[in-house]
Amino acid sequence: MIGTARLRRRRVSASAGAALTLLCALLAAGALLVILGYVVVQGIGAVNWAFLTQLPRPVGMTGGGVGNGILGTIIIIAIAAAMAIPLGLLTGIYLALFGRGTIPEALRFLSDVLSGVPSIAIGLFAYTVLVAPLKHFSAFSASFAFMMLMLPLLVRTSEQAIRSVPQTVREGALALGMSNFRATMRVVLPTARPAIITALLLAIARVTGETAPLLFTAFGSQFWETNPGRPMAVLALQVFNYAISPYANWQAQAWGGALLLIVAVLILSLGARYMLSQASRRLES
Amino acid sequence: MTASATPAIAPPETVLATDDLSAYYGTHQAVGNVSIAFRRQAITALIGPSGCGKTTLLRCLNRIHELAFDACVSGRVLFDNADIYEWGTDPMAIRRRIGMVFQRPNPFPTLSILDNAVAAGGRRLNRRAKLEVAERALRAAALWDEVKDKLSRSPLQLSGGQQQRLCIARAVAAEPDVLLMDEPTASLDPIATAVIEELMASLANQFTLVAVTHNMQQAARVSDVAAFMLADESRTGRLIEVDDTAKLFTKPSDRRTEDYITGRFG
Repeated sequence: MIGTARLRRRRVSASAGAALTLLCALLAAGALLVILGYVVVQGIGAVNWAFLTQLPRPVGMTGGGVGNGILGTIIIIAIAAAMAIPLGLLTGIYLALFGRGTIPEALRFLSDVLSGVPSIAIGLFAYTVLVAPLKHFSAFSASFAFMMLMLPLLVRTSEQAIRSVPQTVREGALALGMSNFRATMRVVLPTARPAIITALLLAIARVTGETAPLLFTAFGSQFWETNPGRPMAVLALQVFNYAISPYANWQAQAWGGALLLIVAVLILSLGARYMLSQASRRLES
Repeated sequence: MTASATPAIAPPETVLATDDLSAYYGTHQAVGNVSIAFRRQAITALIGPSGCGKTTLLRCLNRIHELAFDACVSGRVLFDNADIYEWGTDPMAIRRRIGMVFQRPNPFPTLSILDNAVAAGGRRLNRRAKLEVAERALRAAALWDEVKDKLSRSPLQLSGGQQQRLCIARAVAAEPDVLLMDEPTASLDPIATAVIEELMASLANQFTLVAVTHNMQQAARVSDVAAFMLADESRTGRLIEVDDTAKLFTKPSDRRTEDYITGRFG
């Protein structure tokens, strides 16, 4: 038998532990909410239709917007995704299907290292191979840097997604006489698709707010630039430039831009959550 | 109830046989030196306690065993008198003629019921031909009436028993000669099990069936021939006895078979 005094002490320490963990959870969530709230309060005043659709105006003139930065962000990420998806997905398929041995292990290790490389170092690399030799900044060099940032996430998550498809489903396809490749394309990949789309959305969210690699790749622009071979405006870059400027008008626009970035990441994350729920539903069968 | 009820058109003959077949996972020998012949258009039941190698033996018969990372096989599997393990034999061609139904229903979750039924050859078919193939296969699997109005739906909406019959239809649509079944009713309720057992009997008119089961009543009910396997001291599955089901269950010639079917172990 356990004495009542000891029992009470245990009960007290258990509730103290529960209270401590709850407090930490509230602190973490609270900090996030404060940041979100602060950005909304500061930025909401700057966001209006003109802000979303117009070009920036020079110092001294009021109004203007970040329309070209929004367009540039979309173009640069679209090009980055178009390069990263096939490369990352095929590597993920390779690792999932032939994942044993030295080469796959080396690939996994390299991919993990790449995911830990600071984004500014990746930006410098893009500068070295795509900007310096061509002697001008370009949106494409920013896409290249973004691709390098998205790649490790896509490789590892698509490998996981394919592995999470039950072996019985794959065997069912092979037992019908399908080739390994056809079984993967027709049966395994479609089953893993929601999880792969989740990974893609998270990878996009990851680079949406990246600023460091843009400083010496996309560089920025005051115009409606759509040619990826030339310097291009990017929202995150505009936020950075406006925020460090001494003009109150620009600083307000920086908050507005930050709000847009947070909203974009929020939407991407919600989309990812939705796709993930679809994925688990599909795998439950 | 099956082969005995239908007049024997052809004399019992062998379509598939193993010759001194052993199967390994790494260094562990899971099946040891099994030689067994499977009679054409009959149901052969592989019975025995858990871990006796019956599923591994079955998976050697369509070269699915070798998909496991460290699996290998020695000996021969003769299909139409040719060794399916002979160097240069295409496992995909073998698997098209020796179909398989798994322990748990495994319909392809992203394909419609129709596309599941024709998955083996759907790529080359137009919609009309697809429907024809699917109807024939689904009728053969006794599922057509239940799904004919929802062919474009997801197979995950079907019950477990229906899903298993869809998997049988999928295998039948490939027009194999042999159907391997790995405990096809293990995950089903008694009513769905009865439906599948009835289906097996009707499929035996057309195909050679080899079914793994650990349910002895089921083996006694549905099979024409029964093979009893048992693991030895080193956990290697050995074939103890093969005989007509009626004989094996009433007058087994091996003491260990008798012990097993009378429930003394396993």
